Formats: sequence, structure tokens, C-alpha cells
Amino acid sequence: MTKEVHPFERYLRGGMIPHIWCEGCGNGIILNCFVHAIDDLKMDIDKIVVVSGIGCIGRLSGYTNTDSYHTTHGRAIAFATGVKLANPDLTVTVISGDGDLFAIGGNHFIHAARRNVDIKVICANNFNYGMTGGQYGPTTPLNAWTTTTPYGNIEHPFNLVHLAAASGAVYVARWTTLHVRRLVESIKKMLQKEGFAFIEVITPCPEIFGKRNKMATGIEMMNWFKKASDIQNNSDPAKAGITPERIVLGEFVDIEKPTYDYLLRDMILKVQKRVRGGE
Amino acid sequence: MAQKDRTVLTGKHFWEGDVACAEGAIAAGCRFFAGYPITPATEVAERMAQRLPEVGGIYVQMEDEISSMAAVIGASYAGVKSMTATSGPGFSLMQENIGLAVMTETPCVIVDVMRGGPSTGQPTKPAQQDVMQAKWGSHGDYEIIALAPNSVQEMFDLTIEAFNLSEIYRIPVIVLGDEIVGHMYERVTIPSKEAIKIVNRKMPQISPEKYAPFKPDKDLIPPMAIFGQGYHFYATGLTHDEAGRPRTDSIEAQKKLVQRLCDKIRKNVDKIVKLEKIMLEDADVAVVSYGITSRAALSAVRKARQERIKAGLLRLVTVWPFPDKYVAEVAEQVKALVVPEMNYGQLVREVERAAKETPVKFLPKLGEEPHKPIEILDALRRAHK
Amino acid sequence: MIAMPMRMWRKPLDTAKVKVPEGEVHIIKSRCKGCGFCIEFCPKEMLESSEEFNERGVHPPKVKDKSVCAHCSFCEAVCPDFAIYSVKKECKDGC
Repeated sequence: MTKEVHPFERYLRGGMIPHIWCEGCGNGIILNCFVHAIDDLKMDIDKIVVVSGIGCIGRLSGYTNTDSYHTTHGRAIAFATGVKLANPDLTVTVISGDGDLFAIGGNHFIHAARRNVDIKVICANNFNYGMTGGQYGPTTPLNAWTTTTPYGNIEHPFNLVHLAAASGAVYVARWTTLHVRRLVESIKKMLQKEGFAFIEVITPCPEIFGKRNKMATGIEMMNWFKKASDIQNNSDPAKAGITPERIVLGEFVDIEKPTYDYLLRDMILKVQKRVRGGE
Repeated sequence: MAQKDRTVLTGKHFWEGDVACAEGAIAAGCRFFAGYPITPATEVAERMAQRLPEVGGIYVQMEDEISSMAAVIGASYAGVKSMTATSGPGFSLMQENIGLAVMTETPCVIVDVMRGGPSTGQPTKPAQQDVMQAKWGSHGDYEIIALAPNSVQEMFDLTIEAFNLSEIYRIPVIVLGDEIVGHMYERVTIPSKEAIKIVNRKMPQISPEKYAPFKPDKDLIPPMAIFGQGYHFYATGLTHDEAGRPRTDSIEAQKKLVQRLCDKIRKNVDKIVKLEKIMLEDADVAVVSYGITSRAALSAVRKARQERIKAGLLRLVTVWPFPDKYVAEVAEQVKALVVPEMNYGQLVREVERAAKETPVKFLPKLGEEPHKPIEILDALRRAHK
Repeated sequence: MIAMPMRMWRKPLDTAKVKVPEGEVHIIKSRCKGCGFCIEFCPKEMLESSEEFNERGVHPPKVKDKSVCAHCSFCEAVCPDFAIYSVKKECKDGC
């Protein structure tokens, strides 16, 4: 009986699979789509760096067979900025969670987007802080039950695609873990785009968020995505706030803008030329 | 036209300490600076912003000190020598990521130009109030290396030393300056490029398949692969095994890792520590001092000798790891030790611990004025009786 | 022969040339965590929960009817655990 070998096995770090994510968790799907995109593009895996922060999705960098780094909470984007500027030949990706990127890490997100640093950011948005047992975060829907909002969440959540677009990201998209085909295509596009690119992926967290909010299984959460999703490419991200009835998906922003790296290299060349000219 | 090499500005200069520090970094091979302005370290950033593009290096002003330290670690892992410069409040913000740098054994340099604290304190006034923080600032058990320059020349020399030590030991190294040493102007002599000794991190000698990122050599230090060379390694701030895999469940892994991270410094104290021993051979009273205070201490010791008091000075160039053994040796020899510090009692506690039975006279100083030589001389006179 | 739904009023010109691919689903039973995504979302509804248990104590999926698999690979793409994949079967009359 020949051993079954998954077609993407070589992208997975030996000895680390099965991963720690729960049954029905969408993080594994994000990992799957990510390596699928790399495989489709036939990228040189030696030149890919995966950076992640703290949280369930933060463990992803340990599962890819790439140069990977697991930072302190919220600082993945800042770390990734250092990597990309130091070695622009690397494709630097940040895959982290809604809390890591937008609560503690919010400041770093908006500044990296503003600078248009050439890094690729995927946010696994599961509407809560799963790793620590299900507290609320900046994307938790109003009225949701979490362990630190036992009377219902009274905070308005972020509209992440609006935030990313307003901060200056050159590519902004939102998909769910159900829309695997479009997610793979979107990741491929992002990997080939120059500049700060962002994809928000709505992902089920049935064990912790779903169970407390009337969607106890991954299937129920995915069916919610199926029912509520509305693919509207090029729509206005400001109007794409997520509600229980409607999750607007699609590509919201796809523009060209000089990257920080380009401007930096350009400046360095000019300065060096001037210095060579005998200052 | 021959390309002018602007990496080492050989010759004599009249610079302020912060500028000399930046130049030392560039001479040491630093090509990445991520920082945030803060008095009195802003001039380091400004000099780096101006000079790094000249030598093809990168200056990025991050949004805060937390991201500055994160970016420094990122650049180091991408293979570029990197550094940041800050003062007390920024140093506090950086602590979590300094812990990350220690845990992932990242070579990098942090310059802390100390100012009056705590909190916002007196931004434009000198102090030596961050000495304990340099060792204990981050959480968990760890060791660190910290150097204390006492002149503008040392701001240049010790920054180079800091880079070399960080590359050898794969550890963040702190340059503990202060506002006086950072802002005063003095003569600096920069040798030729060839005369400057540069050390680079150990690279792996084996193939990627066999490489384990945190497997140490006999010297307790693992060779360091960098991103993009095909090693596909995983580095995490979680407790990990030699392969880099998280081992949050294992007592053995925690013991092994924490002990090695500490031992690689503790067992190499003799190689790391740098001291200056002045007139100690026959001394029966001595000053133990570091940083800017050591200049007044030297003057006091000389004056004491003129009064036939057999005084000596042990200047700690390396403040951490604390040179226990060397302080104990001097303590055994003398009647008393005098420890002047521009704080309310920090390194003096280490001196007392190492000195055991020998009495230690502590001279605190709060506020911008450093010790006057006469104050230290008075203490020496009284200790001598 | 492809069955034509009522809404197709015209037979596409290249119908004879285009062959529906055939796939063979492989399941790495030990990896399955029993989330059920593959079963729920297979467009051909050709998977179901098996009776057996794996080491984890869950029922991995099994193929109900292998003849309808069109190698869409949706199961492969939507599996969070890399526990299922589809291999394209070689078509006999060249396609």
C-alpha cells in the first residue's frame, strides 16, 4: 500500500503536521491556499520569508517549509519591514490575526501601509482572540458574546478593508475560507504586486467564537459565509462593513504607487552619486 | 573617478558623542538603523540618516521604539548589521523585543544615552539611572552585555566593540552612554579602515538539511543562517528546541535553552569583560566607577595620590556581565571601596555583593551635575582613615 | 455524452471535444480532524462520513461514488488539514 503524499507536502515543515488548529478552524485552509498560490507561481521557496505574530494563526510560520519568524505580539509587520529593507530580494509575507495586526499591531499596520513597504499581509479574521480562549477584539461584531463581553460586545468593529485602503495599501481584498479558488488567485496577485498588499480572510473559529455565538461547527460558520457573502469587485471599501447579513467580498483596491523600497534605493543611489562626485 | 570610501572617516575629528557613536557603527559595518528620535539620542539618528545612504545603508524612522527594535531584529536576520539608539523612555518600550532578540539570539546593538528619569524625567539632563534596566529590563532569565563609554572617543570605539561582541555571542549588546558623553564635543581619532578589527557572525558550515538553527557549537553559540540562503529555518520567541520547534510543553527544553542562553555569557565572562585598572597595585582604597563619573573619579584618585593616599580606580568598561571576580579581588585588597553613580543606588548593589565584607561608600548624584572630583576625593580621604 | 440541462438551448460546438476530467480522491485518514468541509462542499456530493475511526477518534470521509469525481479538487483546497487530495486520472481516449 503506497503511502499517501499530499501534493503540497514539500511546502510543509517536516514533523510539524498535524498542526495545532481545531477541527473546523479555517487557519489550515489559509495555509493551504497560501502554499497553493506559491506552488502555482512556481516561486523560489528559498526567497520567501513568512513572518507571523502571536495567536492561533501565528503558528502558521512554523508550518511552512520556509525561512520563518514568529515575533512578539503585534510586531510582525515591523519585523517584516526590517527584513524587506535589508534584503529586497526576499518576498516577505506576514500572516497574522485580527488582534495581532489591528489591536496591538494597529499602529505598525497603518504606518507600513502608509509607507507602502513591499510586504504582503494576510489577516485571518476570526472575530475574536482565539488562542487565549475567546476574548473580544477590534473585529468582534456588535452584540457578540465573548468571554470578556459576557453581556454582549458594545464596541464597533473595524472595517479592515476600509482601514487598509485609507492607510494607503495598493492592493486590498477580502475573501473567506470558503472562497478558496478566489483566495488563491488573490494571493497570487498579491505576491506578484509591488507595494503593501493586504488580504482579509474571514475564517471560522467554531470551537471558541462560533460555539458562543450560535454557530457551533465549522460547517455552520462556512454556511454562514456562503449565505452572507456578496462578491462585489471594485466596490467602495468604506461601505464594506461586515454585518451578520452581508459580508462584502472582492478586490477593493488595486493601484500603483512607488514603494518605500523603490524610493529608498533611488535616494541612496542619488546620494552615493553625489558623494562620489567629490563632496 | 575613483569611488570615495565613506565608510571609515579616518583622521582627527571634533565631534559630539552621539555622532562618534554613529560613525563607530558605520565603521563596524552597520548598514541598518531603525529608530525614533528621543533626547539625548536624536543626534545618533540624525547622523545615521545623513551617513547611511552615503555608504549604501538604510535609515528608517519607525513609528515608535517598539517597531524600531522589531525592525532591527528583522534586518539582522536578513543578514545586515543593525542598530537603534534611544534613551530611558524608549529603552523601556524596547524591552519586550530586546527579550525577543535574546531568545532568538539576534546580533544587534542598542544605544541607550541615559537621561534623568524615571518616566519622562529630565530629557536634557544626564543620569546613570538605566544601569539595572539594561540587565533586568525584559522579563525572564537572561544575560546581556552592556558597555559604558566615558568619552567621545569611547563612543566610537565601544560601539565597534559592541557590534563585534554581538556578532560573536549572538546577543543584543547595549551601549550605555549618558547625556554628557552623548552631547559633549571632544577630539576623536579614527584609525585607518584596515586597523579596525571587525568580527562577523559564525555562518553554518553544513547543508540546509542537516542544519538546526539553535544547535550550539562547543562555545555554546549556534552558527547563524540568515534568510534567503535556503536554510528554511524557523525562529520563534517561544521556548524552542535545537531545531527551532516550539516546545512549550517540555521541562527539559526550558532548562536546556534558558541555561544555555545565560551560560554562553556567564561562562565567557573573562573573555567579554573589559576593565581599566589604574594605580591599583598597591592601593588600599579604591573607587569603582563607570561611564562619565569615572572621569571625576580618575581626577580624584590622582589628587589622592598627591596627598599620599594610596588610592586606585577600577573602571568598569563592561558593566554587564558584572565583573564579580575582578571587583572581589580589588575589594579583598583594600580597606574600602567608593562607588559614585549618577543615580540613587544601582550598580553599587552589585559592588556591595561582590565586595562582601569590605565596606562600600556610595556617593549618589541626582540631577544634571556630575560628581566633582573633590566629592570623590573627600570620600577617599575618609575611607582611608 | 453530457446530459444537457433544460436551460441550455444550444449545444456548444466543441461539446464532443471537451471531456470532463476524472479524479481519484485520496484520503490521509490519520490527519483528518472530522470538520466535514469536504463532505459538505463537494459539488458532486460524492463523499460521506465513514464508519471507521482514526487515531484521533473521528470518522474520516470516504468516497461514496468514485465514478462522479470530476477532479474539481475542491475537497483538496478546502481541507484545513492536508488530509485529502485529488489526483487526475489519465483519460483513456486522450484529452
